[in-house]
Amino acid sequence: MNTMNTTVTKEAAMPDETPVPVQEERPAETIIQEGATVGTPFADDPKFKLRNVEVFYGQDRAIKNISLDIARNEVIAFIGPSGCGKSTFLRCLNRMNDSIDICRVKGDLHLDDENIYDPKRDVVELRARVGMVFQKPNPFPKSIYDNVAYGPRIHGLANRKSDLDDIVENSLRKAGLWEEAKDRLDATATGMSGGQQQRLCIARAIAVSPEVILMDEPCSALDPIATAKVEELIAEMSESYTIVIVTHSMQQAARVSHRTAYFHLGHLVEVNETNKVFTAPEHELTESYITGRFG
Amino acid sequence: MSDQSKQAEIVRQSLKRRYRKERRFRAYGIIAIAIALSALVVLFADIIGKGHSAFIKTTITMDVDIDGEMMYLDDASDERQMKMADFVEPLIQALMREIPGAGESDRDAVRDLLNPYASNQLRDALKEYPDLLGTTQTMELLSHTNVDVYVKHAGDDNYSIKLNQQQREWVDQLVEKGVVDTSFNDVFFSRGDSRDPSRAGILGAIVGSLLTMAVTLVLSFPIGVAAAIYLEEFAPQNKLTDFIEVNINNLAAVPSIIFGLLGLAVFINLFGMPRSVPVVGGLVLTLMTLPTIIISSRAAIKSVPPSIREAAEGIGASKMQVVLHHVLPLALPGMLTGSIIGMAQALGETAPLLLIGMVAFIVDVPGGFLDSATVLPVQVFLWAGSPELAFIERASAAIMVLLAFLISMNALAIWMRKRLERRW
Ligand SMILES: Nc1ncnc2c1ncn2[C@@H]1O[C@H](COP(=O)(O)OP(=O)(O)OP(=O)(O)O)[C@@H](O)[C@H]1O
Ligand SMILES: [Mg+2]
Repeated sequence: MNTMNTTVTKEAAMPDETPVPVQEERPAETIIQEGATVGTPFADDPKFKLRNVEVFYGQDRAIKNISLDIARNEVIAFIGPSGCGKSTFLRCLNRMNDSIDICRVKGDLHLDDENIYDPKRDVVELRARVGMVFQKPNPFPKSIYDNVAYGPRIHGLANRKSDLDDIVENSLRKAGLWEEAKDRLDATATGMSGGQQQRLCIARAIAVSPEVILMDEPCSALDPIATAKVEELIAEMSESYTIVIVTHSMQQAARVSHRTAYFHLGHLVEVNETNKVFTAPEHELTESYITGRFG
Repeated sequence: MSDQSKQAEIVRQSLKRRYRKERRFRAYGIIAIAIALSALVVLFADIIGKGHSAFIKTTITMDVDIDGEMMYLDDASDERQMKMADFVEPLIQALMREIPGAGESDRDAVRDLLNPYASNQLRDALKEYPDLLGTTQTMELLSHTNVDVYVKHAGDDNYSIKLNQQQREWVDQLVEKGVVDTSFNDVFFSRGDSRDPSRAGILGAIVGSLLTMAVTLVLSFPIGVAAAIYLEEFAPQNKLTDFIEVNINNLAAVPSIIFGLLGLAVFINLFGMPRSVPVVGGLVLTLMTLPTIIISSRAAIKSVPPSIREAAEGIGASKMQVVLHHVLPLALPGMLTGSIIGMAQALGETAPLLLIGMVAFIVDVPGGFLDSATVLPVQVFLWAGSPELAFIERASAAIMVLLAFLISMNALAIWMRKRLERRW
């Protein structure tokens, strides 16, 4: 498989030697070969094993034959131009697409060798293991305490009030929010700043001790300082969680992720070590994107 | 450069035009509101102008000799004697004493100044305190409706005064002496309907309305909210649910009298439920308010931000938990507002209730859900159709009471929404 990918790369890389950029003449569709991802999309003993994934919105094919492994305890960043399907693909991983009526998912998606899309599978259990943080901070209009305690409560993770208190404190500590929030746990969460709200949402997600955290542009509504805090947090969390993060900021991808996946028009074009993607991308579309020629 | 200044000039001119348009639009708006407000003012002025006098009753206050001999009564605690006793004579005697010019031949004319109900007042007093027999008591007695009309509307051409010249002079004298006086009409608020205007009250209609509304609320709120939640959250999107949705929207526009016909056919003829009772009225009004409640509840559910739903789903809340913990609390203020507006509509509804017999003449204040009753708007309808002007003024007064109920219900809706919203 890898050898085949390299061949594609060589073919694609050749036109780069000509002085005039070729991209203008050749539309991107013709450069991408469906299902052929450049780089190292596969791993041994992965957390997620995703094969030939296709997602349809009605008749539209939003994800086109993507195969990818996500390793344990890695931070993988999804990058790509707007509308290329990053969110759609991310939401397949905990079946958040289920609530969209017209959305259909095809292919084999496995979490620890269990089929995610098994019709008999309980999404509640899946989502307890695969948590999610959204683009816009979306705390419940309840107190800070209740926000974090909600997950443990509905899953029955704490039998006593003191257990619950511990979970809330630990989650808030891990999310770097404890110092700011400990004196106003009963204040409503919507009264916090955007950055605090987003960290609260992260605390809420880790309160149920998930194995994986999916983050869809978690910093796009935050200022640089709040962003830095969240990024720090991601770095710390990578020790105990597998993290998938969608981002529009290439610097952010470079700072927080181990591997980076580049999406384009529903295709997974390239997956490589983050360093490699940003210094020596294998695919010409990746290069065009990271050098800012489109996106 | 000149291009830019030309453009700026064009923008300036178009700005002027835009502002003019804006001003014109605002003027239209103000005119529209002024028309609506003046219509409201005319309505209120008319109703209050006609109805305010119904809140006043005319009474005759005098010393009554409760003389056992005159009444053929020597023991007021004896029920048989009480049934036979003459409670009118002492009153006539007392009133004759207040009118020095009246001779024995004027007895009937004097009696006609007193309300037929006045003797009941004396009897009730004696029933309660048998010891009053043989004493002289100052009593405040209800005047005859004709006296009431004369005292309140003497100069008004709309009212025909049914007292003769002699009686008018007596009443004038009595008013001067302070024997005939006006006071707050408690009778109006403490009794059911009556053939005699000065004894007719709206308590029966108020209680009837409350009982009917209670049935409506208890049935329509849970059913409406449950239907809305099912349609919004659980129902699959298919032809059947589309069909249901179209029909609910249509039902909201069906004339209310149709629901009355339905109620008559189903509840009374098919199920054999009694006529004129609050239970059947409440059932019919439930059918009528359900579409309103369902539609407004669905709108309230739709307006819950999807991000909250996603957040809960993302943590692993089940569908039911998402709905119960997050959607419902956020949608509740909107649902309540819609329901109270639906209830206010139901409170003012007349047509369907006419068909199920809640238009009957009912004197007693209903004591339960299965007692014959009427409701406020039907009471208005009944009185407004009466040829007697004394009833017309009571109809206007009843409208005022109805409006007061509606305003307080709407105020309640606003208060509840404010409160619930603050909690969240
Ligand atoms: N709910 C939906 N219904 C129909 N089409 C959708 C829906 N959500 C996304 N799509 C389509 O799927 C494609 C991928 O969308 P997606 O949101 O995954 O892109 P994205 O990479 O996350 O973009 P962005 O960076 O702007 O968030 C787009 O063409 C979009 O129009
Ligand atoms: Mg997206």
